[in-house]
Amino acid sequence: MTLFIEQCLNGLQFGLLLFLLAAGLTLVFGIMDLVNLAHGSLYMIGAYFAATFAVWTGNFVLGAVLALAATLVVGMAVEVIAMRRLYGRDHLDHVLGTYGLILFFDELVRVIWGPEGLSLSLPSWLNTSVQILPGVNYSAYRLAIIAVTMVVAGFLYVLVMRTRIGMLIRAGASNREMVGALGVNIKLLYTLVFGLGAALAGLAGLMQAPILTVQIGMGENILILAFVITVIGGIGSIRGALVAAIFVGFVDTLGRAFFPDLLRLMLSKDAASTAAPALSSMLIYLLMAIVLVVKPEGLFSTGQK
Amino acid sequence: MRKTLLVASTALMLAAGPAMAQQKTIKIGFVSTFSGPTAVIGNNMRDSFELALDHLGRKMGGLPVEVIYEDDQQKPDVGKQKTEKLIEFDKVDFISGYIWSNVLLASLKPVVDSKTFLIIANAGPSQIAGELCSPYVFSTSWQNDQTPQAMGLYMNQKGVKSVFLIGPNYAAGKDMLAGVASTFKGKVVGQELTTWPSQLDFSAELSKAKAANPDSIFVFYPGAAGVQFLNQYAQAGLKGTIPLYTAYTIDELSLPRQKELALGVPGAQEWVNDLPNDANKKFVADFIKKYNGSRPSFYGAQSYDAVNLINSAVVATKGNLSDKEALRKAMEKADFKSVRGKFKFGNNHMPIQNFYLQEAVKDASGDFVLKTVATIVEDNQDMFHDKCPMK
Repeated sequence: MTLFIEQCLNGLQFGLLLFLLAAGLTLVFGIMDLVNLAHGSLYMIGAYFAATFAVWTGNFVLGAVLALAATLVVGMAVEVIAMRRLYGRDHLDHVLGTYGLILFFDELVRVIWGPEGLSLSLPSWLNTSVQILPGVNYSAYRLAIIAVTMVVAGFLYVLVMRTRIGMLIRAGASNREMVGALGVNIKLLYTLVFGLGAALAGLAGLMQAPILTVQIGMGENILILAFVITVIGGIGSIRGALVAAIFVGFVDTLGRAFFPDLLRLMLSKDAASTAAPALSSMLIYLLMAIVLVVKPEGLFSTGQK
Repeated sequence: MRKTLLVASTALMLAAGPAMAQQKTIKIGFVSTFSGPTAVIGNNMRDSFELALDHLGRKMGGLPVEVIYEDDQQKPDVGKQKTEKLIEFDKVDFISGYIWSNVLLASLKPVVDSKTFLIIANAGPSQIAGELCSPYVFSTSWQNDQTPQAMGLYMNQKGVKSVFLIGPNYAAGKDMLAGVASTFKGKVVGQELTTWPSQLDFSAELSKAKAANPDSIFVFYPGAAGVQFLNQYAQAGLKGTIPLYTAYTIDELSLPRQKELALGVPGAQEWVNDLPNDANKKFVADFIKKYNGSRPSFYGAQSYDAVNLINSAVVATKGNLSDKEALRKAMEKADFKSVRGKFKFGNNHMPIQNFYLQEAVKDASGDFVLKTVATIVEDNQDMFHDKCPMK
């Protein structure tokens, strides 16, 4: 039972982290109709900034805050310099253009930080485990990730549902042309939304940095999951992204945790332990396929094609 | 007049012919990973390979040496393609490198079919030591199971009663876990294989290991994954409660990022930078000098040995690369000074060698370095050599 609780927390933590990445992706996709493959690069940039600033300032939290701000600036700069040229063009052009950006950022990071990658060490108060229930110890840092992402999710909810900017964002997601026609400064809105998405990706990257290592191409694997979440949750919907992300986090973690044991009941021990990791990593895609069959627009469609 | 000149020049050319054939270059292909997160390993191998050639004056048996490096991107299909290119297009005389067992297994057939000599500088899948062994394939590393077997013996010495095994789901990962289980006398309470190389978050596996409440955890995570594993092991609060035993998880390349987390975690290895033989002292000192303080790893040591093994055979056959039988016999003698000290081949062309216990320590200048603690096992031969038809 304690194992199950722990695995649920693992799943929740992973899902919430994915939500940060998927939220930015779904906003940009929904509002600007832009397929942004370079979203994973911003995740990487956030992690590199955090690792660098944490060493400079000698303080983990301060480094993280600076990195967040820096990623926001980089995101807005990328929007003004590169993304603007891509709006209104074919999706294939988006894919081509933003894939080029991935190569650009990978090479830029190689030039600045070198190919070895960096590590971001945690302060000792985070690098331990705490007792959450009698007999259940859990990593303090993973708990901190859960807390921070929940706060961010709450902030996004207020921002999108309760503020004027949020209203424009929602309006933009359901009907772009109309928002422009009503005299809203759509250029500024786009820059802000893209910057916000970049900052969220950067936050995900810098929080993941102490768990994984900071390295070139770290955003590419996780970006695929973020796209899956965007598709399951419905393009443009933040609420959909949250639900889908937690769902995917649970399916992935619990699948990895309990699927091998289940398989061992049916197959020989060797065959099961070889096949289980492969099969459990497919569960997410299976989930996506089922959602697409039942609700082709995703779970929370914003009503736009 | 013109006719005489023609005849004379033809005669000259004929006379010069054999001499020119002698003047050919020795071509070596080297397949390793030079892009992506594990490029650090490939670069360390290339640096060591280049250093070995420098030490030989970039000549073997008087013939100039040309090396063609190819990047396998850690993908079996790409590795196979690059191997075929080296054999068919570049027509290399020797081929070396290969970090990853799955890449090596995919690339093996074109090498063996073309009877090109292959000197494996890292990967050691059990198949190549056993039923897939070949007269043209040699290894300057080990068979995958050997290192974890040594670790299993050490855990017996320490009186460890039970272990939980964690490793990546590919050829080498399975060999490693099987290796430790084959010599460890205690109980294996659980085993987890993770998706390789994409899975980097081991939270689910660590939770299961914790729940199984074993005496110890054994892991095999080469490259950056080793850094990630140690991070997460500490964050899960397992450091200090369940001791960790490793193979190929802490090395000179990952240590600068593992830092304190690696201290006190034992690992088994066939080469450590402080082995007290002259060849090794020269290798380590010159490596640090040539590459501005970066340190050689066991990957590099094996690549350095590969060059010297090739050289010993070329010198013994006086540069006559067409006599493959003579070359093979010369290589089997392993007549070179290995940086790991004693070195000889078994019937399957896998080394018979010592394995050492190594540990990370902080040296006087505050750098993290690996040092030899003890010899775990001497003259160890892999357990698959009986399955190899070569005698």
